[in-house]
Order: sequence, then C-alpha cells, then structure tokens
Amino acid sequence: MTIEEVRTGIATRAKTAISVAEEHYARIAAEDGPGGKAINSFLALSRDRALAQAAKIDALAAKGDPLPPLAGVPVGIKDVLTMTGSPATAGSLILKGYMPPYDATAVTRLEAAGAVLLGKLNCDEFAMGSSNENSAYGPVRNPRALDCVPGGSSGGSAAAVAAGFAVASLGTDTGGSIRQPAAFCGVVGVLPTYGRVSRFGLIAFASSLDRVGPFATNVRDAATMLTVLAGQDAKDATSSDRPVGDYVGALAKPVNGLRIGVPAEYFGEGLNPEIRAAIERQLDGLRAAGCEIKKITLPHTRYAIPTYYVIATAEASANLSRFDGVRFGLRAHDVKTLSAMFRETRDQGFGAEVKRRILLGTYALSAGYYDAYYRKAQQVRTLLTRDFLAAFAQVDAIVGPITPTPPWKLGEKTADPLQMYLADIYSVAASLAGICAISVPCGQTASGLPIGVQIMGPHFNEETMLRVALSIETAQA
Amino acid sequence: MADVASVTLDEVLRVAELANLDLTAEEVPRMQRDLNAILGHIAQLNELDTSGVPAMAQVGELLGEMEGARIESAGATLRADALLPSLDRKAVMESAPESDGRFFKVPKVIER
Repeated sequence: MTIEEVRTGIATRAKTAISVAEEHYARIAAEDGPGGKAINSFLALSRDRALAQAAKIDALAAKGDPLPPLAGVPVGIKDVLTMTGSPATAGSLILKGYMPPYDATAVTRLEAAGAVLLGKLNCDEFAMGSSNENSAYGPVRNPRALDCVPGGSSGGSAAAVAAGFAVASLGTDTGGSIRQPAAFCGVVGVLPTYGRVSRFGLIAFASSLDRVGPFATNVRDAATMLTVLAGQDAKDATSSDRPVGDYVGALAKPVNGLRIGVPAEYFGEGLNPEIRAAIERQLDGLRAAGCEIKKITLPHTRYAIPTYYVIATAEASANLSRFDGVRFGLRAHDVKTLSAMFRETRDQGFGAEVKRRILLGTYALSAGYYDAYYRKAQQVRTLLTRDFLAAFAQVDAIVGPITPTPPWKLGEKTADPLQMYLADIYSVAASLAGICAISVPCGQTASGLPIGVQIMGPHFNEETMLRVALSIETAQA
Repeated sequence: MADVASVTLDEVLRVAELANLDLTAEEVPRMQRDLNAILGHIAQLNELDTSGVPAMAQVGELLGEMEGARIESAGATLRADALLPSLDRKAVMESAPESDGRFFKVPKVIER
C-alpha cells in the first residue's frame, strides 16, 4: 500500500483511517511476534494514540475537508526518537520503560501531517550496529529472508515497511543506519542532508553525524515523507533555515542531461559480483535515459571507516555519559556510594557493543591521544568532504553500491566487531561529509536477497538525488 | 599518532574508570583484544599528511571554504532569545528512579 492509496482511499470514503490502522495492527499481531514470523520489529504499540488520530482523520473525511499529505498513513517510529505515551528505550536496558515527557519534532511533524503513529520500532542499542543484533530486546529478522539480518541500526524500521506492517517509518542514520537496512530489506531509505531534518527528541549517538530520515516502499512516498519532515526547528540549533525543496514536484522532471559520477573507489575489491552487476545495469539504464555517466574519484574513501569510528565513538562517549541512573532509566540497587551507582548502573544497563564504543571514544579523547586520534580524524574528515565538493563540481549526483555484500545470516558477524564495521565502507563517507543520499532497491541476488543502489547528492540538493532514484526505480518495473 | 597502538590491560581499566564503566573480569581481555584490532585499523590514518588541514567538527564549517560552494552553515540563525515554557516539572520528575518530587535522590556522597 502506498501513501497515495491510503490517502485517496480515505478521501473517497472507500476506507477509513481506523480500518487502515486496524488492518496494519492485525498484520503485526499475526506476523511480528513469535507465533508468526518472529520478525520482532515493534517494541511497543501505541494503539490509543493511533486510533485517536485515525478518528480525527475520519472526521475530516466525513466533513469532506481537504486531507493533509499523510492522512491516515500508518507510520512506525524508531525507538531512539521520543513519542509521549510510549516508552523510548533506544534498544537499551538502561532506558527500559522510560516514558519521555515530550515528542521528537519529527514525530510532531508526521502527526500534524495526518500520519497515524503505530508504535516504536526495534533497533541496535543506541543506534550502534549494522545488523540489529545489538538490541537488548532481541534481533530483528529480515522479512525477505528470515534467517538473515535486516541490517542496522534502523533494522526494525526497514523490516516493518518491508513486511507491510507500516506504510512508512522513521529511522536514523549516523554511518549508514537508514540506507544499509533499506538495501537489505528491499525498501527505500533516505539520508537527508545534515541540518535538513530536526533531531530534537532524538536520543543522541554522535551529534555531528546523527540524522533522521524516512523509509518507504517507493521513491515518491519517500519524497512525500521528506517534505513533511524537512525544515528548520527552533529546538535544534543545527537545523538549517534554507528553504525546503519541492521534492515531490522534482520527480516530474526527467533525468536526461544529468551528469552521473561513478566513483572508482566504490567498485574495488570486496564488492560482491552480483551487486556490482546490478549497479552496472542501473548505470546502463541511466545512460539510456539520457544521463552522462562520468568516471570520478573520491580518493580518501579508504580512510572513511577509521575516521568514522574515531569521531562517532568519541562523540558517543560524551553523549552517553548522561546515562548514570540519576534522572531517568535504570538505577543499580544495593550500592553504597554515588560513584558505585554510576558504574553499576552503566555496567548493568549497557550492552557489549555500547561499552566497546564508549571505551574506544574515551580512549581517543583521553590525555595524550586527543591530537593523535580525534583531531587527526577531524582533519581527514575535511579531506573526505573536499573529495565530495570537488566531485559535485563535475557531476550532479553520484551512483554506487551502498553495501559490499547482500544481507548476512543472523549471528554470522557478531564475534568480530571490526568485520562488522568494515561492512559500512560505502555508507560512512556520505555521513562524514554531511551530503544527502538514498538507497533504492535494484534487483536481487540469484538466491533472492535484495540489492540496493546508493545515489548521493550535494548538500541540500535532495531533488536531484530523488529524480535519479525515481528513474532507477521506474527502470525496475 | 601512536604507531600501531597496543592497549595494555591496565589502560583498558584506566579508560573504563574514566568512562565510569565497571567491566567484569571476562570483559577486560575481550575489550583489550577488540580495541587493539580497531585501533590497528585506525592507524591507517597515519598514512595521510594532514599538516595544515583544518579540523572539521561540524558539517557547516567547511562548506563555505570551496569556491563555488554556496552552502550556508547549518544553525546560522538561532531562535530569538525569548522566554518559552519549559517541560512540566512533575512529568520530568516522574522519570526519575528516586525523587521526592522536587529533587533527584542519590546515595550519600560524603560520609560523616
């Protein structure tokens, strides 16, 4: 079901928002839990809030009033974003049962646009992971291949849309956490330009990298969601005051004449041959649609992962210092001193990957290592960003893979964190540079696993990125 | 940068202390192994000469640097410095593990 199908169905009184919500809740009840396919995408359902909103939409439709852009559209929210009435756990034990006192701005905007918020979606703990296996509430299964990971960290957000539990969802992307699970589950995922969508109400992981963005089943729905989400927010000083583009209108423009960059560094050793072939087919399609395909180079690409894992963990070690058992969340019992309470609480509340990243980040920021690691990584971040600025002086968009491999089996990479990090090779550079990017389904492997293609666009030029994405999507049919 | 870093067990414990983390006896050697593997990979950054390259802390900073890039820095316009209502105190204090409704209660800091 698409956004337009839901909205038109309600506007023409062919269906009601309440019936659409109930239909989705029924599918969740049948398939998400252990009695069904055990996908485990939802951590909490917000029935009361969803049905109250659906009733409002139905009342508007009954009066014949014009409907807002997401009228009655069932949407799921990644559990790192706050939504009153539902717990916000960030996939962590340390926030088990935490009831946030305010809504994230992205949540407020979706609801104001008529969306029906179904509940909170599973994710890697504090959005740290590439497989959703770091959630304290159990892994998520990939609806397209139940023995495989859905990707991470927004695994629940991608899986819920792929399984038809929600028409769209919200995720967050710090180093690939929207685009990679979108590719693994065969849905569309958008990383908006840094500053395009407010992060107010997002439980922070790495503040210079964290972004909020949508998942949908198709490019047009993703553009509609982005239109609702984008814009300045007085509650997030990093949100930009640049005017929001006409993302849906841009889709009507043909792609002929666009210059598409193909970075050599994204097609090296380690790229799965079936993925390579699928991406090359998309490039042929774009050429046939009138695009000029140009070879480009992003020379610092191989340094993106080491740069990312210094900066992201350093920022995480600072952001996660707020979880100390004093003001919210878990508190360790039977402790005699304040300092023991901090330590015990954090030991009990954080999982292994979160501890690993806090330790790495603390090490990189500690006396004697700050210049060698943190400052060095910030300098390389400059070089990586300059790579993109130079490339976008020659091309309008960049096309390449988003993942080096198809989704792997549950449990396959959990023993070796470095191997898991290396799987982020094609996603982290766009995160560090702050540019926009999208992952779009572009076929499947011989064994039926989804393949995604990544389209990267210049800062605040989501329109061109979406046009190329639509052209690729159309070519699949 | 330190050459290929080799973090000792003592350093793992010191960093854990800085981070207010209590690691179990089993966690310490595992974290040492993982940190060394990751830091070994990070050491690749040494291959790059970054002298004279500005450090980038936020995305907005660099964007005006390149000629032709007309990107305003995010957050260039802050909201008006006006009083706005804060969150309801009761709602906030309800999230606390232990509270008297006005203050957060914690174990005693100073023994007398």
